[in-house]
Amino acid sequence: MNRIDQLFGNKPKEVLNIYFTAGFPNHGDTLTVLQALQDGGADMAEIGMPFSDPLADGPVIQDSSTRAIKNGMRISVLFEQLKGFREKIHIPVVLMGYINPVLQYGVENFLRSCQEAGVDGLILPDLPMDEYETEYKPLFEKYGQHLIFLVTPETSEARIRKIDSLSRGFVYAVSSSSTTGKDKDMKLQEDYFRKLQDMKLQNPVLVGFGIRDKATFQTACQYSNGAIIGSAFVKAIENSANLQETVQAFVRNIKQ
Amino acid sequence: MDIAINTSQSRYHVNEKGYYGNFGGAYIPEMLYPNVEELRENYLKIMSEPAFQEEFEQLLKDYVGRPSPLYFASRLSEKYNTKIYLKREDLNHTGAHKVNNTIGQILLAKRLGKKRIIAETGAGQHGVATATVCALMGLECIVYMGSIDIQRQAPNVARMKMLGATVVPATSGSQTLKDATNEAIRDWINNPVDTHYIIGSVVGPHPYPDMVARFQSVISEEIKKQLLEKTGKALPDYVIACVGGGSNAAGAFFHFTDDESVQLVAVEAAGKGVHSGFSAATSQLGKPGVIHASKTLLMQTEDGQIVEPHSISAGLDYPGVGPLHAHLYESGRGKFLNATDDEALAAAYELSLLEGIIPALESAHALAKLKDLQLKPDDVTVVCLSGRGDKDLETYIKHLK
Ligand SMILES: Cc1ncc(COP(=O)(O)O)c(C=O)c1O
Repeated sequence: MNRIDQLFGNKPKEVLNIYFTAGFPNHGDTLTVLQALQDGGADMAEIGMPFSDPLADGPVIQDSSTRAIKNGMRISVLFEQLKGFREKIHIPVVLMGYINPVLQYGVENFLRSCQEAGVDGLILPDLPMDEYETEYKPLFEKYGQHLIFLVTPETSEARIRKIDSLSRGFVYAVSSSSTTGKDKDMKLQEDYFRKLQDMKLQNPVLVGFGIRDKATFQTACQYSNGAIIGSAFVKAIENSANLQETVQAFVRNIKQ
Repeated sequence: MDIAINTSQSRYHVNEKGYYGNFGGAYIPEMLYPNVEELRENYLKIMSEPAFQEEFEQLLKDYVGRPSPLYFASRLSEKYNTKIYLKREDLNHTGAHKVNNTIGQILLAKRLGKKRIIAETGAGQHGVATATVCALMGLECIVYMGSIDIQRQAPNVARMKMLGATVVPATSGSQTLKDATNEAIRDWINNPVDTHYIIGSVVGPHPYPDMVARFQSVISEEIKKQLLEKTGKALPDYVIACVGGGSNAAGAFFHFTDDESVQLVAVEAAGKGVHSGFSAATSQLGKPGVIHASKTLLMQTEDGQIVEPHSISAGLDYPGVGPLHAHLYESGRGKFLNATDDEALAAAYELSLLEGIIPALESAHALAKLKDLQLKPDDVTVVCLSGRGDKDLETYIKHLK
């Protein structure tokens, strides 16, 4: 059974999923961060595959991506680093990235490598739903990879239903129409969160974008199964002298 | 004039899914879906309204100064022992073909009820053309421009500011057109309801490539008529245009794509040489991939990171090419050549001295290939002179030795 489904199987509340960029702050930090996230009590991890032109991201994740690429990170290197990681890491892991590097790696190759490494799912924000449905769905299923789609406050109900029917694992509810790393007021989005709650989607819902501390995390969790923190975490570890400690302290601050 | 609404039968035009052959589509994150979908649902409907067409045509005529002349360049023709006509987009208001598109899109944005306009710009021509129509319509205008381009196209930055636009430097990546486009797309994600994004070329997610091509198609529509008047034949042997994203080329080719006797010649910027590592010749160096939400040819590393291009001309300094051109290239319908920085400079001086016309550096790339086409005395060639060279004077002076 896919680890994401296992996690949500017991209908947990307050699932904390943390995003970080592979190969950041330094080339060899990917597994260190992952281990520290698990040790600190994160429920899930989302590893960013850096891209030169991340359209949906604000400056913090852009900068981490640029630095990671300079550090030599790329998809093939990430899979090298992930070899054998399942001996130590049991939390679900999803990879997040833009479609172009995946296309160049080859979609089927990529999915096979994900399965071999022990990855559970993917977030590919610029892969359109239609394209996925007509071209790639059977491949994702063949290699046991859940594809997680995004919804936003502007997404119509009919489209949310469609997205929910195609998503596996969870639905990623973007908190406001923005790029990543904008500090928007969660409370302003209550109507949207309520609407999602009332729709009783078949998938669990995790809220992301703008979650940065305990308060925003808890607001998001009132309406969903949990939340995703990205930019705030990336910023927190960017100049860390002791990654283990910084990461665990960050997670504990949210979870306790 | 019309906006080429009823001509979508050509196999070189976009299909109902937004593809040209294997290229195109809309690889957008969900945050952009409502904006792009609103446009997709409405653009053809609005563009075919008689009132829209009337307003578009009136502005092109009285404000832009269309039709732009088709000028027989006799001394240039003499030099190459052939017949060369220049389509004078340089004589348009604001000095380039870009304004054909911004007039069309601002009218569309108004009908969609948008209050705020954003744009990206490379050479600054599209930025100026956008700032111009925003002033004309009284709409707020924000233009994203790479920091490097802000330096090398200073006169256009000043023009945009005088026209009331806010120019925002794009400081990420290569700090040129690609990055300005990224920033404009990010702005649109953050302002999904009240903002229209006026893309300046035939790039971006469907329906942009098709919409921009239709607005620019006035170029080839006029060429056909003017050539018939001047020569008794509507079809030239060659149409040559430079290609950055490819909008002036798309406009110049539009009504000729199905006339297989017409050779369509697209000229890309080779920079310091195609294989020098400082080039923007996308068809030669690119592989299929996704840039700015469109599947097309793009310059990229083996692992799919987009490569920073180089051209002396800011308007051609782009690592991708519109999906229409990727299709013209792949299908063989278009002939893709390239010109180096030096060839473009030489061609600019040549046209200045032979015809008294200082071309934009972008357009000079198209002119630079006249020498390589082995044109016969009876061949009729139309060069799309996409813009004038005022903005490039500093570069020209620097190289005048
Ligand atoms: C005069 C001129 N020609 C050509 C271009 C290239 O654009 P496109 O390939 O879309 O025509 C530009 C872009 O800035 C320009 O200013």
